[in-house]
Amino acid sequence: MEYFVQQLVNGLTLGSIYGLIAIGYTMVYGIIGMINFAHGDIFMIGSFIALATFLGLMAIGITALPLVLIIVLIVAMLFTSAWGWTVERLAYRPLRGSFRLAPLITAIGMSIVLQNFVQVTQGARVKPLPPQIQGGVTLMDGFTENGPIVVQLSYMQMIIIGTTLALMIGFSLLISRTSLGRAQRACEQDRRMAALLGVNVDRTISLTFVMGAALAAVAGFMFLLLYGVIDFYIGFLAGVKAFTAAVLGGIGSLPGAMLGGLLIGLIEVMWSGYFTVEYKDVAAFSILAIVLIFMPSGLLGKPEVEKV
Amino acid sequence: MSDAALPTGFAVARVAASLRDAAVAAGLAAVLAFFFLALRTDIATGGLTITTRWFLFGTAVMLVFFGRLLLNLFFFKRGTGAERAVVAGAAVLAAGIWSAIGAAGFGAGLRSMLIGMVAAAIVVAILALVSHWRGGGAQAAGDKALKAAGMPRISILTSWLGKALFAFAVILPFFFAYFFPKQDRQYIDLAILIMTYIMLGWGLNIVVGLAGLLDLGYVAFYAVGAYSFALLAQNFGFGFWLALPLAGILAGCWGLVLGFPVLRLRGDYLAIVTLAFGEIIRVVLLNWYDFTNGPDGISGIPKPTLFGLEFKRGEGGFADFFGIAYDPIQRFIFLYYIIFCLALLTNFVTMRLRKLPVGRAWEALREDEIACRSLGINTTNTKLTAFAIGAMFGGFAGSFFATRQGFISPESFSFLESAIILAIVVLGGLGSQIGVVISSVVMIGGIELLRNIGFLKQVFGPEFEPTQYRMLIFGLAMVLIMVWKPRGLISTREPTAVLKERKRIGADMVAQGEGH
Amino acid sequence: MSATSPATTGVRRWEKDPILTVEHLTMRFGGLVAVGDLSFDVGRGDITALIGPNGAGKTTVFNCVTGFYKPTEGRIVMRHGPGANDALVERVTQSAAQHAEAGGSSVFLLERMPDHLISNKACVARTFQNIRLFGGMTVLENLLVAQHNSLMLASKFTFGGIFGIPSYRRAENQAREKAVYWLEHVDLIDRADDPAADLPYGDQRRLEIARAMCTGPQLLCLDEPAAGLNPRESAELNELLQFIRAEHGTSVLLIEHDMGVVMEISDHVVVLDYGEKISDGSAEEVRNDPKVIAAYLGVDDEAEIDIPEVRADISHGKQPAAGEAGGDSAAGGGQ
Repeated sequence: MEYFVQQLVNGLTLGSIYGLIAIGYTMVYGIIGMINFAHGDIFMIGSFIALATFLGLMAIGITALPLVLIIVLIVAMLFTSAWGWTVERLAYRPLRGSFRLAPLITAIGMSIVLQNFVQVTQGARVKPLPPQIQGGVTLMDGFTENGPIVVQLSYMQMIIIGTTLALMIGFSLLISRTSLGRAQRACEQDRRMAALLGVNVDRTISLTFVMGAALAAVAGFMFLLLYGVIDFYIGFLAGVKAFTAAVLGGIGSLPGAMLGGLLIGLIEVMWSGYFTVEYKDVAAFSILAIVLIFMPSGLLGKPEVEKV
Repeated sequence: MSDAALPTGFAVARVAASLRDAAVAAGLAAVLAFFFLALRTDIATGGLTITTRWFLFGTAVMLVFFGRLLLNLFFFKRGTGAERAVVAGAAVLAAGIWSAIGAAGFGAGLRSMLIGMVAAAIVVAILALVSHWRGGGAQAAGDKALKAAGMPRISILTSWLGKALFAFAVILPFFFAYFFPKQDRQYIDLAILIMTYIMLGWGLNIVVGLAGLLDLGYVAFYAVGAYSFALLAQNFGFGFWLALPLAGILAGCWGLVLGFPVLRLRGDYLAIVTLAFGEIIRVVLLNWYDFTNGPDGISGIPKPTLFGLEFKRGEGGFADFFGIAYDPIQRFIFLYYIIFCLALLTNFVTMRLRKLPVGRAWEALREDEIACRSLGINTTNTKLTAFAIGAMFGGFAGSFFATRQGFISPESFSFLESAIILAIVVLGGLGSQIGVVISSVVMIGGIELLRNIGFLKQVFGPEFEPTQYRMLIFGLAMVLIMVWKPRGLISTREPTAVLKERKRIGADMVAQGEGH
Repeated sequence: MSATSPATTGVRRWEKDPILTVEHLTMRFGGLVAVGDLSFDVGRGDITALIGPNGAGKTTVFNCVTGFYKPTEGRIVMRHGPGANDALVERVTQSAAQHAEAGGSSVFLLERMPDHLISNKACVARTFQNIRLFGGMTVLENLLVAQHNSLMLASKFTFGGIFGIPSYRRAENQAREKAVYWLEHVDLIDRADDPAADLPYGDQRRLEIARAMCTGPQLLCLDEPAAGLNPRESAELNELLQFIRAEHGTSVLLIEHDMGVVMEISDHVVVLDYGEKISDGSAEEVRNDPKVIAAYLGVDDEAEIDIPEVRADISHGKQPAAGEAGGDSAAGGGQ
């Protein structure tokens, strides 16, 4: 029981990270109907920016942890947004309205570019960051046949889950209340009509990428804090899993992406906890396949009726 | 300059706009590059350290500024000759000064300044040439004329290109052995590599190009072929020629097994599920230690023989049998001809299938699945055949890969491989056989050429390793080619049946598969 | 417009020798009842028109008949060979089978069959409201794809074809002859080697009919074949349909808004409104049915009965209504 609760907490933490990345996939898919393959790598870029900012702040002598965390978060969000905007501007906008495969190929190309750019400029070796936030609250403690077990909710997990919740609420409000959100939803429905009604479609799409990238940056920073190790390749797996989360929740749906992220995180952690760690990725990928085959509209998505 | 007749205010406004634009681009580059070029984190004793590289950062920002400015004046906004000359001069001078600053620490200021200026001048000259060649206002008219005359011309061109490439491919090993006796092994090895990608591209072309099914996990079948051959050889002592068809058939069966559940998915969803399957197979290969030897891979895979003759030194070998001197190159030539024949087989079967009902059904499926169903075509079976046949050729290529390397491990079958093969197919032009050849040669051959660029080392110093930029350049090329030609290099479609006159079909008519 | 009554008026073939029987057909999408408890017959060798205001559920009926939708309830029977064969129909219905054969005639329960078998085995071909041609393939290729199943057999499921066996070559030549035959009859022989997407709209409509005929159907379902045609093209379409019926004995079921076409060539007209049948009979009977007039004039302000030219324009540009799935966004195949 204690073990299960601990895994639950860990799973929710990991799931929050996946959920934040998944929102980027789901928003972009909703608005231009393409899988932004480079999004996982934007997440990776975000974590590198966070790392460099963190080390930079330490180097110039700012060490008050709460201040550092906030500065890192803001800097990472801003700078990663620039990356998200640039990727869209260079690789997707010139191909808007073009053939379906072209933006997919440029997306894969961009993903390769980002990975290798980081590898070339920052080196291929992993970057370990010692844990920065220690301690936590003990939720339960008990005994199992293997000895005592303590269920802990660390401060780090609290920060991750709390930040995710706050951002989710903020973004939901942004989408539902502001004119930007309205423009976004209009573009999702019918881009041409939205343009005719005076919505600046290019700008709306760019802002979608910017928002997705900002959330991915937060996820990147959280990932860095949680695991303490990043390299140029973390974007691929995290990206595929976050995409799985987006699909599982129903692509195009923001709460769906968050829910899907939490589920994928839980499944992965539970699988590692109770079965084999080696096959945890297989579990995530299998769920992706199963969901798409049997429930292509996901948990919270709208079913698609085939038009004849 | 005749442009002097223009009101000066107009020119100033244009230059100012170009300058502003270039400044914005440079600013953006500065924002993007700051954390990656200006700062670098490294592992050191006692944790991570952060170092700064201001010179590199400055170079990148300056490159973007002047690059954008020159592009603006030469292409996008088309400045006058005087404006171009001034900006070009400024760029060359800035390059020189900047090089001198950078090199000052090494005490070689003047030489660096010269090198920087010459390099910048060369770039400007190339820009000017390309701009001139694309020819100002006449361009639109020229494009139209090209379009009108283009179709038959391209047709003749590609048909001759195909023949010429085929002829060259036939004599290729001897060509290199004769003209480049020192490097023949290297070149033939590269030719084998390119030929493998051509074969993989042709195999995937059946699935993506003809049937319009987006497969991002093609490497799975490549892996199944390679592992089937390796395991058959290791456990049952099968030779190459016996294991090759078996491996192909096994890969084809895997195509059926994986294809069956996923083929009702559309477009992007199909792509992502095939990607997932590809990764599942890789992870299983990596972790099923008893069966696949895990990350250590399988070694000692037998080499192919020519009717039982091995390519080895001494008694009973190929050279001994024919009474010629042994040379290790013989084995490479033999391998080259094996993959050449396998690729030809793939091409032959594909061309043949296109003209059979199944091939037409594939293309019809790509055009409109619902119409196919209304005509009584079993779309599931049709998709499955495309998937399985594509997989089978992937399996053949996989066994060839295994026998060529003599060693395989899951590392060789990552998603990146799938992406490269798909990129080859799409960049070449979906459904175009010759397009696959061109893009394989350009992408694979071009990337491998980087290994041989020695002079860059002289410019950038001995630590400079051009090969580490391979994938970066590959990715950039993917993006640029797609933006330049979204339908790929050869994008017209050849009809499979003709009543009176063979007309090629323009790319804008041809669909790219379901879900768009 | 004076409707010329077809020679067969009064025979009421759909009662004695139906080729297709739709019984108690109901199709629900979520809470929406697109078609409710609809029953009608299509006579063998008849041209039957299914008419009704926009959103009446006509295309949904088509999609159920051709297997693109699985009906929520109801039975759809297709009969090969003469007579109603009621005993055989009952037998199949009781069994779990999709079709049964006895004494040279067979019976198919379309609601149990997947779409491709409905075309392949039950010999029902269709066209689409928003034309669905293989735009990137030539006109000739379009017609060869339509003969897929017979060619597939002849090529011994590809294994023979890949080695070029003579019987396949013969079959391919026959297929080409059949394609040429239809190209001549729809007047597209000069454009055989052009991509289908290059044809003007009216030609695309005719090509789609030719393609459907190449599957060798016993029942041809046409979804608004005259939509977007000018009066001359409409008249040619009438001739084509008469020719198909006379020369090939193919029964025709068509959805049409153009009353000129409907009244001139239909032997039998079924009128739908809000997914239910409101009238059923010969063209003359339906035309004078007060319920039909009410439905058209009362519900739809566009005076559908009287001004065919105006209506052709309206129906061309109309939006698909709730029950009638069919995105007009995809109709750009002609451009």
